Amino acid sequence: MTLTQHPRLDHLLIADMVEPGARVLDVGCGDGALLQLLARAKNVDGRGVELSQRGVNECVAKGLSVIQGDADTDLADYPNDGFDYVILSQTLQATRHPREALGNMLRIGRRAIVSFPNFGYWRVRVQLAFRGRMPVTGNLSYSWHDTPNIHLCTIRDFVELVDNLGAHIERGFALDHAGAPIRVNAPWWVWNLMGEQAIFLLERDAPSE
Amino acid sequence: MDHALVTDGGRSIAPLAIGYETYGELNADRSNAILLCHALTGDQYAAGVHPVTGKPGWWDALVGPGKPFDTERYFIICSNVVGGCMGTTGPSSTNSSTGKPYGLDFPVVTIRDMVRAQAMLIDHLGIETLFCVAGGSMGGMQVLQWAASYPDRVFSAMPIATAAKHSAQNIGFNEVGRQAVMADPDWRAGRYLEQGVRPEKGLAVARMSAHITYLSEAALQRKFGRKLQDRSAPTFSFDADFQVESYLRYQGVAFVERFDANSYLFVTRACDYFDLAADYGGSLAKAFKDTKTRFCVVSFTSDWLYPTSDSRAVVHALNAGGASVSFVEIESDKGHDAFLLHEPMFIATTRGFLESAAVARGLKARP
Repeated sequence: MTLTQHPRLDHLLIADMVEPGARVLDVGCGDGALLQLLARAKNVDGRGVELSQRGVNECVAKGLSVIQGDADTDLADYPNDGFDYVILSQTLQATRHPREALGNMLRIGRRAIVSFPNFGYWRVRVQLAFRGRMPVTGNLSYSWHDTPNIHLCTIRDFVELVDNLGAHIERGFALDHAGAPIRVNAPWWVWNLMGEQAIFLLERDAPSE
Repeated sequence: MDHALVTDGGRSIAPLAIGYETYGELNADRSNAILLCHALTGDQYAAGVHPVTGKPGWWDALVGPGKPFDTERYFIICSNVVGGCMGTTGPSSTNSSTGKPYGLDFPVVTIRDMVRAQAMLIDHLGIETLFCVAGGSMGGMQVLQWAASYPDRVFSAMPIATAAKHSAQNIGFNEVGRQAVMADPDWRAGRYLEQGVRPEKGLAVARMSAHITYLSEAALQRKFGRKLQDRSAPTFSFDADFQVESYLRYQGVAFVERFDANSYLFVTRACDYFDLAADYGGSLAKAFKDTKTRFCVVSFTSDWLYPTSDSRAVVHALNAGGASVSFVEIESDKGHDAFLLHEPMFIATTRGFLESAAVARGLKARP
């Protein structure tokens, strides 16, 4: 498979944020598709954490170094600065303690890459506002009663949390319904309204002198 | 072996014999050798038919043509541990300085001593780097010790259903077994071989209590429940009324036919003394610092002898050392023994890990 055939645009955008040869920890790595892409396209030294046994087995069979574990409990065991990048792709909303998870990511890695579904997306707002129903969209495909997503946020909420954690956003994308990036010079409210999902590259603030 | 084995306890064992089996063929550049490390009461007969019991080898589910440890692709070595009783020098071997069996005069050996003896065998076979060292339970401890002692000689490692140190519970169960052996009047302070007897009853009891720890409550309940053996009502006696009693008695009797009581004392002691972190200033991570070995750690959900938390401790240490590590907790209700049984998810994990390591090692695909 060539790069352009990779089925997930969000993976390609994440790969674009990673420097070649970096040490990467992918938290919630699923079947290892992103780790494989990073290994192939960026020659990264990749590791993964995945909750499901099926996912871990698929990764191990692919030759990836993946640990069965839980982002909420197991990140605490990783030493400081063990990785160049820690990635959390479409998993933040399923963690019990998103703030702690993000804090750990920024402790373990110099940089963190986070992608998540945007609850401020206009279709979400429309479903709740006009139909009075919990939103079900392509990115939020579960009914309210059986969803693994327990901590949904909007892009604005996320930006505020990053600021609280002593980090800043280096680069960011919002993807529209078709998965196309929204123009980077668009104002925040446009991202927050038009983005179905978002991808951010975060970096720890330099310690003050 | 040409030279003596000097033990952690400062004694030396000479001459040292090592009983071992091999399966498959060593390739031209000697890069496809896998060392399998057996568990407490296992031996070198990992695959095929065991010459004493007539039953399949202990890892017959995983070792053979087309199986994860593919004998058409890899050269598989399995040796009997030092202190054992199947061809490697142990307490039932003749002490050259007395002309009698060692008995308790045999040096107390450690897991590291077992690994040192294995390294002597690997040297003897002319193999510099092992493609993989794999094993479960006590065998898993040897795998961890190999990776710590000889990081450059281990390309990949699979510690399975094991721990970097024995817990108080494990030591406790082992002590029950040792006391059962030593309480048998036929044990004769370990000199039973010279007196033509064997402490079979004590060893059988040791095996019965240990066997319970290898299973899970759910597996015992499913297999036996409170079912009666060959009768419809209790006999109000101490016969084996319950099927589970009958099963354990059989396990005990079958065990004494193939295992030496003093060996049981020595190998359980080796496990109890195992504490890998202690050798590295209390830091397990230091044992694996800067290791290049690829690890795949496996635990089983219903293993209460070496629970998943023990494996996680190893994984955390490997992570802290920046090692390449995979970890899978296999869903199984078969208890500790699950690693010896046909557990499909475990077999798939082993196959996947070995195949990817083989690619990294540049081993040719299966013919």
